[in-house]
Amino acid sequence: MDAMFRIAGLEKSFGPIRVLNDVNLELHTGTVTVLMGANGAGKSTLVKIMSGVYPRGGGVMELAGQPYEPASPAEAIRAGVVTVHQNINDGVVATLDVATNLTMDRLSGKSAPLIFNPRRVRRDARAVADRLGLQVDLGASISDLSLADRQMVAIARAMAHEPKVMVLDEPTSSLSSAEANRLFSVIDRLRAHGVAILYISHRMSDIRRVADRIVALRDGVITGVFEEKPLDYEGAVNAMLGRQMGHAAVTVADATRKVFEANDLRIAPSARPFSLTLGDGEVVAITGLVGVGKTKLAETLFGVRRPLGGTMRLARQDYAPRTSADAIAAGVFLVAKDRAESGIVADFNLYKNMSLPFLPRLSLGSILRTRAERAIAREQIQSLGIVCRNERDRMQTLSGGNQQKVMVGRWLSQPSQLLILDEPFQGVDIAARRDIAAKLRASAPGRATLLFLTELDEALETADRILVMSEHTIVGEHRNANLDMDRLLAQVAGEDKDDRRGAA
Amino acid sequence: MANIVIRYGFLALLAGLIIFFAVAAPGFASPQSAVFIFQSVAITGILALGVTATLVVGGFDLSIGSVATSAMMAAAYAMVVMEQSAFVAVLFCLAIGAIVGLINGIIIVYMRVPDLLATLGMMFLLVGLQRIPTEGRSIAAGMTLPDGSTATGTFSEAFLSLGRHRFDFFLPNLVPVSVVVLLVLAVLIWFFLEFTRFGRMMYAVGSNEKAAELAGAPVKAYKIWAYVISGIFASIGGILLAARLGRGDIASGNNLLLDAVAAALIGFAVLGAAKPNAFGTAIGALFVGVLLQGLTMMNAPYYTQDFVKGAVLVVALVFTFALSSRTK
Repeated sequence: MDAMFRIAGLEKSFGPIRVLNDVNLELHTGTVTVLMGANGAGKSTLVKIMSGVYPRGGGVMELAGQPYEPASPAEAIRAGVVTVHQNINDGVVATLDVATNLTMDRLSGKSAPLIFNPRRVRRDARAVADRLGLQVDLGASISDLSLADRQMVAIARAMAHEPKVMVLDEPTSSLSSAEANRLFSVIDRLRAHGVAILYISHRMSDIRRVADRIVALRDGVITGVFEEKPLDYEGAVNAMLGRQMGHAAVTVADATRKVFEANDLRIAPSARPFSLTLGDGEVVAITGLVGVGKTKLAETLFGVRRPLGGTMRLARQDYAPRTSADAIAAGVFLVAKDRAESGIVADFNLYKNMSLPFLPRLSLGSILRTRAERAIAREQIQSLGIVCRNERDRMQTLSGGNQQKVMVGRWLSQPSQLLILDEPFQGVDIAARRDIAAKLRASAPGRATLLFLTELDEALETADRILVMSEHTIVGEHRNANLDMDRLLAQVAGEDKDDRRGAA
Repeated sequence: MANIVIRYGFLALLAGLIIFFAVAAPGFASPQSAVFIFQSVAITGILALGVTATLVVGGFDLSIGSVATSAMMAAAYAMVVMEQSAFVAVLFCLAIGAIVGLINGIIIVYMRVPDLLATLGMMFLLVGLQRIPTEGRSIAAGMTLPDGSTATGTFSEAFLSLGRHRFDFFLPNLVPVSVVVLLVLAVLIWFFLEFTRFGRMMYAVGSNEKAAELAGAPVKAYKIWAYVISGIFASIGGILLAARLGRGDIASGNNLLLDAVAAALIGFAVLGAAKPNAFGTAIGALFVGVLLQGLTMMNAPYYTQDFVKGAVLVVALVFTFALSSRTK
C-alpha cells in the first residue's frame, strides 16, 4: 500500500508548551485511519496543521509524494486535503440557503462567473446532495435546519471538492444513529473511491464501524499504531490513555426512597403522557435519538419549560417550578447540554464559574464571600481531579474534559434532591468520562441522578436503569442487568412504542 | 512581559503623562489644577459609570446624554416655572432618570428591540421632549413663558450650591460638590460590581446570558436594572450640570454622550480587564481630563480636543483587543 499522505517528525509548540512531538503518520488510499486521543492529546492541533490553519513547527508533510505545505485552509482544499470540523457552524453559513452552501466554493472560486443562474446553482447543489443521499430542502435556510442536518450539509460540501485526503473531526458527535449510519455508508463509498480518510473520534461504536487502522495519540506523541486484523481496540484505548482501562462498575441497586415522581407528564402537544419515578441513590439514564424530546424533558424538570399536562412531586411535595431559580431552590439541579453555550461563563475564571448558581448561599447579605467560593472550588478540583494550575485559571485554558468537570463540579458542590445531566459526556474524552461517571456514582446516595444520553453505550456504562424516549414520551424501561438489547434497540428506533416493560 | 504591558501599560501611560505635564507645563502640578481636572470630568465620569452598568450586562445606552440634558431642563423648569424647592427638583430629576431607564429596559428586554436602536430612539425622543414645555427656549429666571407672562421662580440657593459649593480639603474651598459625587458614585458602583452577588450576576448575564439563566439568575430583571442605574446616574449628571450653569440651557451637554462612552471604553484597557469595569471607567475619564488640561495649559488650541480624545480611544481599544487576544 502506498501512502497518499505522509507526516514525518512533525513538531508544534505554542510558546513553551510542546503540543506535538515527533509525530509520524501515514494515510493510505482507500483506507480509514482512526486517530484516537484523549482531549488535550493534540488531535485538534494536528488537524489544524493538516488543514492549513496553523503552520507546522518542524518535520515534513507529503501529499502523493510531493511536499505539502499549505499556507491557508483554502490552499489545503485546493491541494485536495479537505477537513470537516467538529464545530458544525464552521462548515456552513447559517444565513444562506442549502443550495448556496453546497455550491459556495464554486461560487467563490476565481474562475466563477460574475452572474449566476439560480437554476444552475440549484442543479449543481442537487448533484452534490445526491452523492451523499442528503434529504434536505435545498431552498431551506441553514439556520432553520437541525444541527444534524447542518453537519450533513457541511460534509456534503466538503465532498464536492473530490478530496484526495479527507479529515473528519468527531463528525458524529451530534448525529442521530440513523444519520450516523448514513455518514458511515458515505465513508464506505469514499473509501471505495480511493480517498484516504483520517477519522478522529473516541467513540468506540464509530471506531468499530469504520476503522481499518487505528493510531493512538497521547500528550502529542503517537503511542500506538494498530493495523493487524482483527484490530486490537482494547490495546488502542490503553495506548490512548496510557493505562489499563477498568470497566465502569455498575451495581444495579433497587431504589429505596422515592425522590421524584411525575404523573401523566406531557411535554409536546401530540405526545402520549408518561410517568416517571426516581429513587434515592439511583442513577437513571434516559436514552433516545437526537430530537425525541430529551432536552425538552430535562428543561421541563428544571423549570425552564412548563409541562403541557401532568403533575410532578419532589420529596413528597408538589413540585411545579416556574423558573430555574425555583428548581434550584427546591434542590433540582441541571448540568445543561452544550457547556460552551449554556454552561460556561467565558469571562469568569474557574471558581467564579463553579459558584455561579449558589451566590446567595455564598454571600453575607449581598457581599460575596470569595474565600468560601474558592475553598469550594478547590474541593471540587481535588475530588474530580480537574487538571489546572489553581482555582483562578481561565476556563479557556482547560481542556474540554476538564471544562466539563468544572460544570459537573458546580452542581455537585451543593447537595441536591435531583441532579439532571443532559449529555454530560459530549466532547469529553474517555478518561474524563470515567472520572465523572465514577464521581456521580460515588456521590449518588441522598439524591436521584438522571442522565440524558444519546449514546447507548454511555448509558450502559453508567446507569442502574435505562429509560428509552421516542416521540416525546417514554417507551421503554430496562434494568441495566441482562437487559434485552434487541428490544431496547427497537424501542430506540421507535418500532416498539406501545408497550411499556418493567415496573415504573 | 506582554502580560505586564497589558495590565499596567495604561496606568503607566497615565503616570507618564502626568509627569510630563508636571515638568512641561508650569502650574499643572498644583492642587487647584488637580481639582480642575476632576471637575472637568465629573459629569461625564458619572454618566460613564452609569453606561458601564449597561455594558456589563452586554447592553448599551445611547440615551444617557439626553437623559442628563432632560434632567437639567426638568430641574430648571421645576424651580423657575413651577417654583418648587431644590429638594423637589432633585427628586423630579432622579424620577425622570429612573423612569427613562425602566422604559429603555422594558423595550429592550420585553419588546426585544436591540439595545442600540431602542436607546437611540429614546435619545431622539428626549432631545425633542425637553424643548416642548418652553417651545424650544432655554430656561432662566425671569424668562418669558409661552403664554406671554414672566416666570417668577428662581434657582434656589440650595440647588445652586450643588454646583458652586467647595469643600475644604487641606486647602480651604478646594473640592467641588460634583467631584465628591463622582468619587462617591465611583466607589459605590465599583463595590457593587466587584464585591456583591448582584454585580457578579450582571457580569455573568453579559458574558453568557443562557448560562446565567440556567444558573437561576433573573436575567430580565438584571438587564432592566442596569438601564435604571444608567438612567439615574445620567440624571444625577444632569442635576450637577443645571447647578453649575444656573439655567436650563438647551445648547449644553452636546458632548456628554460621546465623552462618557469613550471613558467607559477606555476603561476596558485599564489593568488588562478587556471588559467593562468601574475602576477602568473612572481612570478612563480621568485620563481624558488630564490630557486635555495638560494640552490646554501648553496652549494647544481648543479645536484639537476631540481629535485627542478620539486618538486616546483608538489607542486604548487597540491595547484592549489586539494585545489581550494575542496572549490567549
